[in-house]
Amino acid sequence: MDILKMKNSHKLLSEFIYEPKALYRGYTDKTLYINISDNTIKEKDVPQKMKEKFIGGKGYGLRYLWDAVSPTTKWNDPENEIVVAVGPVGGITQYAGTGKSLIVSISPLTDIPIDSNVGGYFGPFLKFSGWDALEVQGKAEKDVIIVIDGNKGIVRIEEAPLEDVDAHLLGEQLTEMYAENEADKRNISVITAGTAAENTNIGVLNFTFYDVRRKVSRLKQAGRGGIGTVFRNKRIKGIVCKFKGVKGDLNHPYDQSIINKTGIKYHKEIAQNDHLQNNMRKIGTANIIEIMDEYDLLPVHNFQYGKHPDTYKIKSTVFIEKYCTQNMPDGCWYGCSMSCAKAVDNFKLKTGPYKGQNVCVDGPEYENAAGLGANCGIFDPEVILELNFYCDTYGIDTISYGTLTAFVMECYERGIINKDITEGLELNFGNAEASLELIHQMSRGEGFGKIAGMGIHKMKKLFVEKYGADKDFLYDIACEQKGLEYSEYLCKESLAQQGGYGLTNKGPQHDEAWLIFMDMVNNQIPTFEDKAEALHYYPMFRTWFGLLGLCKLPWNDITPPNNSETDEPAKVPEHVNNYLDLYYGVTGNRIDNNEMIRQSERVYNFQRVFNIRMGKGLRINDATPYRSMGPVTKEEYESRQERYDKQLRELVGFNPEGKTIEEKIKTLRAYREDQYEKLTDAVYKRRGWTMNGVPTPEKLRDLGMDLPELLEVVEKHLN
Amino acid sequence: MKRLVKDENLCIGCGKCEEVCSNAFFRESNAAKSCVRVQEIEENKHKLTICNQCGKCIEVCPVQALTRDSKGIIRLNKKDCVGCFMCVGFCPDNAMMQHDDYIEPFKCIACGLCVKSCPTGALKIVED
Repeated sequence: MDILKMKNSHKLLSEFIYEPKALYRGYTDKTLYINISDNTIKEKDVPQKMKEKFIGGKGYGLRYLWDAVSPTTKWNDPENEIVVAVGPVGGITQYAGTGKSLIVSISPLTDIPIDSNVGGYFGPFLKFSGWDALEVQGKAEKDVIIVIDGNKGIVRIEEAPLEDVDAHLLGEQLTEMYAENEADKRNISVITAGTAAENTNIGVLNFTFYDVRRKVSRLKQAGRGGIGTVFRNKRIKGIVCKFKGVKGDLNHPYDQSIINKTGIKYHKEIAQNDHLQNNMRKIGTANIIEIMDEYDLLPVHNFQYGKHPDTYKIKSTVFIEKYCTQNMPDGCWYGCSMSCAKAVDNFKLKTGPYKGQNVCVDGPEYENAAGLGANCGIFDPEVILELNFYCDTYGIDTISYGTLTAFVMECYERGIINKDITEGLELNFGNAEASLELIHQMSRGEGFGKIAGMGIHKMKKLFVEKYGADKDFLYDIACEQKGLEYSEYLCKESLAQQGGYGLTNKGPQHDEAWLIFMDMVNNQIPTFEDKAEALHYYPMFRTWFGLLGLCKLPWNDITPPNNSETDEPAKVPEHVNNYLDLYYGVTGNRIDNNEMIRQSERVYNFQRVFNIRMGKGLRINDATPYRSMGPVTKEEYESRQERYDKQLRELVGFNPEGKTIEEKIKTLRAYREDQYEKLTDAVYKRRGWTMNGVPTPEKLRDLGMDLPELLEVVEKHLN
Repeated sequence: MKRLVKDENLCIGCGKCEEVCSNAFFRESNAAKSCVRVQEIEENKHKLTICNQCGKCIEVCPVQALTRDSKGIIRLNKKDCVGCFMCVGFCPDNAMMQHDDYIEPFKCIACGLCVKSCPTGALKIVED
């Protein structure tokens, strides 16, 4: 790559000089606003009221997005924004998982706000450069990059015609271009998307961090909801942030000592226990592949089944022993002793435009192995790694890609679509070649890849309207809700997790609540009220990570050795206290667990009202496809016949003897759908919402969120 | 490789080593700022915490601020250190030290001042 030639071809469109403001107790109280339609760059003060109610991160993102759009704004309208924000605790270096950026935008998949979190160095660098948040609005005429130099205090918008779009190339090119030398590369972080982000609705944003040992720009993804698609639609090629001089106290915290103490205590806990617990340092989230299979929870063949005899071929030890480079500090921000960001070095690609090249694959994550692999019936670790690499570099979401490919495979096997429609792709379960070709088509914007890349929600409509598919059946097996593809856990045997997916703000993503084990395995939340309490507490608690700039994994992917002796082990009380100490240490504000939940409730309810404002936040939008609730087909019923028959007998009072499978499916379905409705009632009640899913004015008042613009929206839906 | 070794049976807990070390590093007599630590675990029995230059800290440092010099001693480049303290948490002997007055950790460089100050020969420098 001729970096100089690329750089010389840049045309400066706008430049903004500023005095970088140092952080004070975690905040600069400044936001960088950029409009790439008219090349405006300006500084905005964060109002005190906004800081109090929205805290930071996702809270700031949602607040800015609300102000930027109207109820009729579509994802590809220029007024849609991409907001990147961290949060007050983000950027500290003493505790694991403290470098998360939260990205908010109107999603091309769901048409409502999406929020997605991502590691990499960009967010902390942005803060240290003087900005609590970055708002990007407008649409450029030609491909541009935005460059923020946090040491010099310069922001530039430049036309950038020659750089590649694919992330693994562009990340390297921009890092090389803006670093003064090899040692300076660690001071650069880049946001990119990829070629398939342009041609599909499932685009991701890749955030880089420079790996000083592997000497490569690693990629972490803000995966869900198609924000990369918005990015490329705005014709942004990349955003670079450069900051030299990271130290452990740049947040200028109120009490560094308590942060140090909490961080060192946690590092010791990891050092002493990780290898006895989840092995996150060795294999990251992929440690659960075989566990999910063992508990019948691994999605197989488009969520029909929960296990497969070939899972052993892709179990975590295969990746540990054969592929992932071990004993590397794999944190995606400094101080992450959990270090789950695994990488496979020198992986030789077998297909696509980079065939034959040795590349660094970031992963595999559990979701990749489950979605790209098991759910599509693919049990070849090298295919999973190759798809993982191409998803990242083409800039598409591995979860949506996995789930939508599983969906089209089932449609193909059941004759809903055929070879004419797929233009020759034989999309049978297990056909790795077809999946790889599909992903390359998405990059090129060709063939069936263009149709599949629309996402399941739009595809299912097309299959009904254009190809005469049976609507009821198709909607039953289409694992999407609100337009977002399900992430990779089989939830049909856990009512609480059905709610954990269905009763979410952004769509079925497990970052709000993962209750399968509590519910199904440990039977800790037996009643509707217990489940509703869990579906209140956990989504709120987990929302808090997104306000503060934190990763969820260090909370419960390791637990203190005495955790099981505590009153509520599932909450990991000692770690919750760690977070309260970190918040206090940075901001000087001592809050308890109740106030922590209320901070989240303010933003959570704001997001719910935002959804309603955009036309997708009511009870009808929380309905889920039956595939996520129970057996749609005869084969699914038969695969768990004993369990289902027992449930009919014991829970429904229906004697299955002598009944046809169809009768049994129908009866079980009526029961399970009713259970979901009852759960929905209980959850809405617990959250302070009407039975139509609308936050009540009383609830908003109680939270101090009775803002006129929110009341105006909810009042329309109160009767 | 040059490193500090100990014979805890000889230690009388006088704290001279801590004093001389913290004075050398930070110009104050403060055991909490010493790279060597003496702890009385029972009457007349002391535990000495010293760095054996094993290198675990090098492995976990995300910025390669810890490197081994030609004599085998692990040194911290404070300029590159980001103050994450993972080296403190992962040190098998708890010999990577930290004090809240500083945002970087500190460690033994096997200078031998403590050896010279020790009245009983409980500390020694060896080269192997």
